[in-house]
Amino acid sequence: MSQRSRSVPAVLAVAALAAAGLSACSTPEASPGVTDDTITVGTHTPLTGPAAAGYSSISAATKAYFDYVNDNGGINGRSIEYVVKDDGYNPATTQTVVRELVQEDEVFAVLNGLGTPTHSSVVDYLNENEVPDLFVASGSPKWDQPGTYPWTFAYNASYIVEAKALATYAQETWPGKTYCVLGQDDDFGTDFTTGLITVLGADGLASTQTYSVSVQDVVAQIGAMQAAGCEVNFLATVNGFTALALGTAAKMKYQAQWVSSSSGGDYPTLVGYLGEDVAPLLLQGFVSSNYLPFSPDDEWVALFREINDEYNGGAPFSGNTVFGMSVGFLFAQALAKAGDDPTRESVLDALEVGALTGNGIVPLSFSKDSHAAFEGVGITAVDQGVQDYVGDVFTTDGGDGDVVPYTGEPVALEGDGIPTA
Amino acid sequence: MNRRQRLPGQRPLVRTLALAAGWTAVALLGTFALDPFRNYQLALVAAYLCATAGLTVLVGATGQLSLGHAALMAVGGYGYALTSNALPFEGAARFVVALLAGAAASAVVGLLLGLAAARLSGPYLAGLTLAVVVALPAVASTWSTVLHGDQGVQTDFEGVPDALRRIIALEQWQAMVAVVVAAVVVTGLALLRGGRFGLRMQAVRDDEVAARLSGIPAGRVKVLAFAASSVAAGLGGAVLCFVAQAVSPGAYTLGFSLLLVVAVVIGGLGSILGAALGSAVIVLLPWLIGRLTAGLPTDAAQRLDGNLAVLVFGLLLITVMALAPQGLHGALASRRRRRPPDTPRQIDEPAPQKVLVPTEEQR
Amino acid sequence: MDRLVFLLGTGLARGAVLALFALALVLIWRGARVINFAQGAMAVVSTYVAFEVTSLTGSYWLGLLAALVSGALLGFAVERGVMRFASPRSPLSGVILAIGLVMVLQSTLGIVFGPDYRPVRVPFDDSAVLVGGVPLLSPYDLFVLVTAVVVMVVLAVLFRWTSLGLQMRAAAFAPEVSRLLGVRVSRTVTIGWVLSSVVGSLAALLLVPTSLGLNPHATDSLFVLGFTVAVVGGLDSPVGALVGGVVVGVAMSLVTGYLGAGLVPLAVLALLVLVLLLRPAGLFAAAAARHA
Repeated sequence: MSQRSRSVPAVLAVAALAAAGLSACSTPEASPGVTDDTITVGTHTPLTGPAAAGYSSISAATKAYFDYVNDNGGINGRSIEYVVKDDGYNPATTQTVVRELVQEDEVFAVLNGLGTPTHSSVVDYLNENEVPDLFVASGSPKWDQPGTYPWTFAYNASYIVEAKALATYAQETWPGKTYCVLGQDDDFGTDFTTGLITVLGADGLASTQTYSVSVQDVVAQIGAMQAAGCEVNFLATVNGFTALALGTAAKMKYQAQWVSSSSGGDYPTLVGYLGEDVAPLLLQGFVSSNYLPFSPDDEWVALFREINDEYNGGAPFSGNTVFGMSVGFLFAQALAKAGDDPTRESVLDALEVGALTGNGIVPLSFSKDSHAAFEGVGITAVDQGVQDYVGDVFTTDGGDGDVVPYTGEPVALEGDGIPTA
Repeated sequence: MNRRQRLPGQRPLVRTLALAAGWTAVALLGTFALDPFRNYQLALVAAYLCATAGLTVLVGATGQLSLGHAALMAVGGYGYALTSNALPFEGAARFVVALLAGAAASAVVGLLLGLAAARLSGPYLAGLTLAVVVALPAVASTWSTVLHGDQGVQTDFEGVPDALRRIIALEQWQAMVAVVVAAVVVTGLALLRGGRFGLRMQAVRDDEVAARLSGIPAGRVKVLAFAASSVAAGLGGAVLCFVAQAVSPGAYTLGFSLLLVVAVVIGGLGSILGAALGSAVIVLLPWLIGRLTAGLPTDAAQRLDGNLAVLVFGLLLITVMALAPQGLHGALASRRRRRPPDTPRQIDEPAPQKVLVPTEEQR
Repeated sequence: MDRLVFLLGTGLARGAVLALFALALVLIWRGARVINFAQGAMAVVSTYVAFEVTSLTGSYWLGLLAALVSGALLGFAVERGVMRFASPRSPLSGVILAIGLVMVLQSTLGIVFGPDYRPVRVPFDDSAVLVGGVPLLSPYDLFVLVTAVVVMVVLAVLFRWTSLGLQMRAAAFAPEVSRLLGVRVSRTVTIGWVLSSVVGSLAALLLVPTSLGLNPHATDSLFVLGFTVAVVGGLDSPVGALVGGVVVGVAMSLVTGYLGAGLVPLAVLALLVLVLLLRPAGLFAAAAARHA
């Protein structure tokens, strides 16, 4: 059979090449991805496909921050290389690109992998292979399981924490109103609703509506909320659907107080969806939560704006930019605290002894028993087209613990935003 | 039987088995030469091959185009994952039982879809199967107590058996298992197509009325062909779940379903070898392009990253369909002295255009 | 009761766009006996053209005109450049070529414009008019409905009473015979593609302002729904497309309102399966064929 006789040498040739490739890369003694002057980390994030909108700015911002650090001497003399892989928000692709990062690019750690379904598909793999899985970009409570996933650390405040804080704020600010929720039909919506019910009680929500990302139409849901007489509407929506919900309500001449999770509450991004003309009107009084510096006069924001202009080509500055750069800062800090010759273990130790401050408005919770980053959020509101903190900050846990006002100061900026040991 | 004249696509049993054993042996030996990531890619190729081989036989032998094979893979994956999680025992037995459950689940769904498919012609079937893939996330979230919405179902990990642990790495083991399952699937499909059932499928494809007149139960043949193709896809999905330890609706998108069609078309419709080549292309090309764009500035790399691969696949699909409908396999075959028996022909074949809508012409 | 009225109104507005898009599929089916799986991707390209023209000139109407013109050009280019290669004997080759086209167009848009949604504005008041306290259709919804009906009427006239329309129908049903009778079949097929692409572009342009915004994948679900509508109404029947659009639009609205948004794709699938199995020629095919 001619096809066999022709193919066998080809297969052998491929095999020989592969074997040569294998022997060429010897096993380093230090942790993978670390050389004398570089450290390589990677991420998976959606850059293309239907779910990519809005997310690509995060990894670009992180990269810009690392470029800034590298131009200023790096961390302990090492520059940070950031390998960004597109997974199209497809868990199967995430599996492939994360293996590629770990096995081909030999990254030191996976940083800020984005998305609950996508990252769920690699969290076992990363922990089996003892690859640090740092600062996952998702509010699922799943990442905070030090027993099951010792190498995984969360970043976002969990949906439950956010919901409990927002519900507490709503009860204090608008007592006795009719509360309702519109949530995405996945764990984002269900976790957030769970958090709301923890505070508001089992019958605290007059209407619970859901939407599916595949149907870009929420007229029926908003109509139901209007019919149920909802006055304070919580949103567990991504930015696009927050915009759609508010726009739809405006078309129906339905006035309500909107209270959104941070995942769908970024003012600049919402303006992108709604248009600059109508956004300030629709979003007047819009309440959301956040845990990162976002006040217009904040020193972190000023620094990040400078970095964005210089290293990110002046891309639109949004909550995602702050998010991406803050993740970069936190990783740089972890690296700085992990010693002159960082290993995967030493980074883990630095995180678990609580050596990191981050740059949030509440302290980080990392410890041996907690891999949650932020167990608290501040409340923001939009006034005259400016989104800013209103002053209320709450801390709580992901269970049914109390929601406690927090009065400490946010983390101050030190040393030009380049962490040192 | 041995005096029977062989039609295109017919091959004696012994030769089919020998060919299958030879290729499997080459692939299994090949795993020793590959690093873990290459072995992971090989496992993907093998899993995709299950689905593309099923699809190519379906399109080639019956002329039914399914855009929903990703959904059928998902059914196999869910069948595997749910069974594996429910079984009280572990090891090889759990793997085999779960795999069979995946096959059974996809057989049931394939039969149901096949019943619809048997009554529909080309574009209608394509549209229906498209709607099936699009509805998959809704299925997962509607029955989320069992299917866990878009998080999907995670399974325990099936490690390398103790006896082999010293010489075989995990990825290599997964690649070997995937290769063996793919070999069984492909051999089964080749035997099915090479036997009496294959003749019936071709008869129905070429002229359904004539086939009915000759006593061939055309409807049943089409349903069974669809179900067989579905089982192949389901086994592919089960293998993917075995490799990835997870199955979720986001992994089986319309985009992935179209990619399976790309693999089948550029390999050459109807050719199993072509399906293997096509599966390798859809695994390796995005990876290669990712490597090429890695050096570009952030903005350009971000825009090109996934899009460029899709662009190339689209161009390949159009070019192959327009200029060389026999695909890679056809290109290989044309260099041989005589036309090999399994060269696909159906695309030039006067496939009767069976339009369900009564037209003036038929009245 | 208010709720039902509200949901019916919403469904009607959505249904009009679906009907228009389904009409584009029907046109191409009548003109060339193919289902254009690239209809959505082609329409989204025209919508990007409209978006760019509107941002440059500030005029919605110039953008709309540009979308129609680019839709026509695209229809012409696709028919001459790609679909000509479809094997006349195999219905599959046209489907596969169209799928290739979808991949090329969407990825090119992704490379040029990136994945972000762009808001599309309309020069209409899009807040709903309250009737008895129930928000019903907005002026924009009415514009969509009227546009859909006008397009339907124009096309019905074209097909029923003009020589070109008759030639197109003849060429699609019996190309060989038509050729013998002096119909320039290749020209009528091209015209069918151009018309269909223009109508599809119009549908996408009308839909996008009511959704998240413009994105390379903005018409993915429009295609699936439009296909369902076309099948429900009967691929041969423009009237069927109109009625099918309203049926599917209202059904979606009712399912979302009473059962939940997550069930919509399942309801669409169920409707498609039911119609295909029980009445494969669509609800209106028989009547339309009798009239034809």
